Amino acid sequence: MAGSATAGAQALAKGSEPAPSPPRSLEPVHSRVRLRVNGTDHDLEVDTRTSLLDALREHLHLTGTKKGCDHGQCGACTIMVDGQRINSCLTLAVMHEGDAITTIEGLGTPDKLHPMQAAFISHDGYQCGYCTPGQICSAVAVLEEIGQGIPSHVTADISAAPSLSADEIRERMSGNICRCGAYSNIIEAITEVAGRRA
Amino acid sequence: MIPFTYERPGSPAEAAAAAAKPGAKLIAGGTNLLDLMKLEIETPVHLVDVNGLALDTIEATGDGGLRIGALVSNTDLAADARVRRDYAVLSRALVSGASGQLRNKATTAGNLLQRTRCPYFYDTAQPCNKRSPGSGCSAIGGMTRQLAIIGASEACIATHPSDMAVALRVLDAEIETLSGEGTTRRIPMAEFHRLPGDTPEIETALNAGNLITAVILPRPVPGRHVYRKVRDRASYAFALVSVAAIIEDGGRGRVALGGVAHKPWRVEAAESELARGARATTARLLEGARPSRDNAFKITLVERTLDAILSDARGAQ
Repeated sequence: MAGSATAGAQALAKGSEPAPSPPRSLEPVHSRVRLRVNGTDHDLEVDTRTSLLDALREHLHLTGTKKGCDHGQCGACTIMVDGQRINSCLTLAVMHEGDAITTIEGLGTPDKLHPMQAAFISHDGYQCGYCTPGQICSAVAVLEEIGQGIPSHVTADISAAPSLSADEIRERMSGNICRCGAYSNIIEAITEVAGRRA
Repeated sequence: MIPFTYERPGSPAEAAAAAAKPGAKLIAGGTNLLDLMKLEIETPVHLVDVNGLALDTIEATGDGGLRIGALVSNTDLAADARVRRDYAVLSRALVSGASGQLRNKATTAGNLLQRTRCPYFYDTAQPCNKRSPGSGCSAIGGMTRQLAIIGASEACIATHPSDMAVALRVLDAEIETLSGEGTTRRIPMAEFHRLPGDTPEIETALNAGNLITAVILPRPVPGRHVYRKVRDRASYAFALVSVAAIIEDGGRGRVALGGVAHKPWRVEAAESELARGARATTARLLEGARPSRDNAFKITLVERTLDAILSDARGAQ
């Protein structure tokens, strides 16, 4: 493949002139932002490049939210912003002035577990546990999304309300990867919580 | 990621003016742009955050269509009752893309402007005419399983990754834009995305400082709305091939393809072949295709996916 790449480069090297480069500043830029995390306001001064994930972990030391791929592919950094689950690695801290942010630490505590946390424990929904905070935040939001009638790829009738089936849960959880492969127990844990609510 | 300054403009006009400056980039959901900035494939020195602008509603238009604000999230658009009822191909396309987390952040305008997922575009150690104009194309002669079979050039064989855009093409949507000088424009989906030619770095009909303000859907197209996506895993993967179709009784209809070209691929003349079946339609749709060894299967896959759609439609009558 390297050979073909070189051939391609030679064939096209006589193409257009390179575009003029935009001005390139090398000095870091800092900005102030107020983040409302798990009900508490925090005033931070961050490099504008700081992801919301890094602000939570490195500035606020809320290390429950995990950095997996840092590219929105694994779901380990899933948190909720204004009630919606998002990948905290693919958004900037400065873009969340005043937003209500909920992390795994805001869902439950060791003394007072969220029902989804308790279900993950009772169904052994993990092995190493690294993806678990993201799985749990995502799972809590998935049940909210089904409750709100948001359709998914496996919703048979797109204009009808989606069901709480295992197929629906599995499809909606596809943005959370578990390297240990605890998927079947994760689905059981979520299904149990879904049943409790129904 | 290189350092950048950051601003939140107060109006669409301010946003468009700010985005016209050299090195500036608009950011909305950020799900693709920040990924590319981390890899230094995108290197803006100024970010214009448009999230505060009031462009996040879906409204009925005077002629029976819908006006979708540029900032409506992919989740909200897919879940809108009017879209699910009257433009089901669009809802279906949206929920077949990305993950729940990404659809919550990704916006209507951002989805249209996402960059290719060609692995050579992402690999900064390799030449790529789209990332670095004039450097060459590493994909030609490389691994082409995900890449284009039609409309490509000697400079670029990338595909457009959006599912939503394929549905918008079959629906004849229009893109409404605002320039830094304050002029608005409506661009038909057919003309919005470009073929690569010898300038694959220019992907759309937008000019510097153009802000997408809305996507306009014309009045609903009657028929069975279908979006079928074939990919390497059942969820959370880009299409090898996708087919957006609206099939009326009697087999007439419209069809557009994803995963085969640098833009959503629709050939209106091929639609007159739909009543004759998938083989005849695919032959017209993909006339002039130049696949490579690794992606020649896409021609067969298009035909079989379309055949499944047409036979489902016949069965439902």
